[in-house]
Amino acid sequence: MKHRTFFWFIFPSALAMILFIALPVVSVFIQSLHVEHEQVLRTVENCGPFGCTEETVVDREATRELREAQPLGRFAGLSNYTDRNHLALAELSSMWDRSDSFADFTRRAMTLPFWRAMAFTLTFTFVVTPLVLSLGLAIALGVNSLPRMFRGPTIFVSLLPMIVTPLIGSLVLYWMVDSRGILGAFFQTITNDPNLSLRASPTLTWIMLIVYGVWSSAPFAFIVFYAGLQTVPEEPLEAAMIDGANRWQRIRYVVIPHLMPLAVFITLMQLMDNFRVFEPIVGFQAQASATSLSYNIFNYLRGDAAQFGAAATTSMLTIFGVIVLLTPVLIRTWRDFNRKGH
Amino acid sequence: MTRYFRLSVSASVLAFGFAQVAHADCGISAGSVSILGNDFPALQAVVEGARSCATDSVRVSANLTSDHRDLQVAALTANPSQYSVAVVANGSIVPLMNAGLIRPLDDLVAEYGDWLQPTQLVRIEGNIMAVAFMANAQHLFYRADILEAAGVEAPETIADVLAAAEAIREQGLMRNPVAMVSGAGWNLAQEFVNLHLGHGGRFFEPGSAEPAVNSPEGLAALEALKALTSFSDPDYLTFDSNSVQSLWEAGEVALMLHWGSRGAGILSGDNTTAEIVASTVLAAAPKAEEGGRPATTLWWDGFTIAANTSDEDAAASFQAMLNGIKPERVAENSALAVWLGEGYTPTPASAGVVASAEGGAAPYPMTPFMGLMHTALGDNLAGFLQGSATAEETLETIEAAYVTAARAQGFLN
Repeated sequence: MKHRTFFWFIFPSALAMILFIALPVVSVFIQSLHVEHEQVLRTVENCGPFGCTEETVVDREATRELREAQPLGRFAGLSNYTDRNHLALAELSSMWDRSDSFADFTRRAMTLPFWRAMAFTLTFTFVVTPLVLSLGLAIALGVNSLPRMFRGPTIFVSLLPMIVTPLIGSLVLYWMVDSRGILGAFFQTITNDPNLSLRASPTLTWIMLIVYGVWSSAPFAFIVFYAGLQTVPEEPLEAAMIDGANRWQRIRYVVIPHLMPLAVFITLMQLMDNFRVFEPIVGFQAQASATSLSYNIFNYLRGDAAQFGAAATTSMLTIFGVIVLLTPVLIRTWRDFNRKGH
Repeated sequence: MTRYFRLSVSASVLAFGFAQVAHADCGISAGSVSILGNDFPALQAVVEGARSCATDSVRVSANLTSDHRDLQVAALTANPSQYSVAVVANGSIVPLMNAGLIRPLDDLVAEYGDWLQPTQLVRIEGNIMAVAFMANAQHLFYRADILEAAGVEAPETIADVLAAAEAIREQGLMRNPVAMVSGAGWNLAQEFVNLHLGHGGRFFEPGSAEPAVNSPEGLAALEALKALTSFSDPDYLTFDSNSVQSLWEAGEVALMLHWGSRGAGILSGDNTTAEIVASTVLAAAPKAEEGGRPATTLWWDGFTIAANTSDEDAAASFQAMLNGIKPERVAENSALAVWLGEGYTPTPASAGVVASAEGGAAPYPMTPFMGLMHTALGDNLAGFLQGSATAEETLETIEAAYVTAARAQGFLN
């Protein structure tokens, strides 16, 4: 393709990517280097239904002047990145000095919002992704071996968890694990512990969120693998059968290698999606036991005082995390591509 | 009887639309009124009154949602603002004040509101910034029949509540007799605020934004919180106002700390049995310690008018809201809230809030950085209750989290 043709071919999507991806990222990055203006405070008398009190208020005139002089806020360099809400290096080192064992250090570090969110986010990502891959493949193989007339309805039913809106899906499960719900009451009966609550214990909450994550994402892996299974060539399978390979060996040595590119694709999507885990935490009201980076961003921005600097910093760290996670998979794909190309 | 009658009347008005009551003349020539506020029965009644001002030239719309705090700053920053009226409380007026998004109401009060009580006018630095119309506070609800069966007196202090809960549990009447609005986040933080102020604690060093919760009062508040939640259903960290009210209406708890504004709903018996309604008693919030003040905070609800709206719409909005809280309407809706204006006759549903106020409960602080403190509390209290941090560590963590946020927001250097 001529360079000129290539340019006009790529121009519309490049423009869209610059406008809707690159520029917002740059703007968020700039925001993450700033903190709010100093607020000029004053003490005044406020009166209301419950009497008069001396209260501190923000001097709006003085604060407005500061704001107009520097609309972005005060430049703070990387201080948002190193503060307690993010990397918290100073806090970590003082915690290290104060703790008597590694377990104690971990316990203390779990009060730092960023590391607490990272602990859950990474656990969730690395447990859910392989489970989704293997469960998706298992369902696809199962459905593929069904008689043709049953396949359509089975596919439809298997896809339901993906069709349900994540927030609704997690609310449904949330009410089922309530101590008065069908699952909650069932677990109480089989463990004979009337105080067992899946929502109260952090460990059980993590397990519940992971189960939900697998439940809602497995259909995606399933449908991709199922499509891939339709393209598995008959000849190598027949050759393998003639060579005496059993069903498992045919899957292991013929089907799985054929599906490898799809597995890489699903892994990429799942790593990205799971790293951004958010809806189940809100749906399960699990913030007491589990938070994620996306939940932290949400938390900084809602409520009375939106903390834009902190939210922007967490967003940048999320992007950085996604890049780190995807790099090994991308390098591998790139090598395969080069090998095939030459 | 009359209460049910009135409720059903207002329900049928709601059901058949406002066309029939739209002839009410509020004296507004033209304008557009749009209201943003929280969602509970008393507020619905006020908005209904404002809506009845709608005519061909006056448009009235409302968005009542429990997410109003998350919306209000962005919605009123727009110019012209998305809403002309923001219904606020003493906690949620602060961010609007900080950003200069609401207008002084002195002119409007002088022109249209000469009948308002002086105590209804919320003055900040001498300017009227809001018109308060109702009071609210968390207080104690108890089941007289269960307490009687357990052989305990009506509790007056937190220690009494704990003793009563212990007695009820021991006698096998209920396994988890206590409920409070203790969901992790804002709600749990509010419970701490109540207990901390009840113990006489303060949140900031006087005259500065430096935190002061790491104190003996803070420790006492944490201990009280842990003791109370040990008698709650193990799911207590996920409880919001609605789920706690349902527990009460299902007869699963005998002692509840809940918002006074829920009293009317519970006493209406719409979702519960006559037996539970008959034995429900609304009492003052328990005192944190013998001879102390009730462990609760007083809230007022009132309305403010957006700064970024035209003078015509502001005047129309003010008049429409006044129509919602005029004495006739307050008299008609007395059961729904503790109204602050003329026309109000106290009903059983108001007993808890009134008793708490008379007991000397503190108002919720209107300090500009209180919102950051509330958030820091909400994010870090659950760890202590789940046993992953000691009380001292938790207070330290809360102060550290607050200081980080206050620095980034420019309140501390």
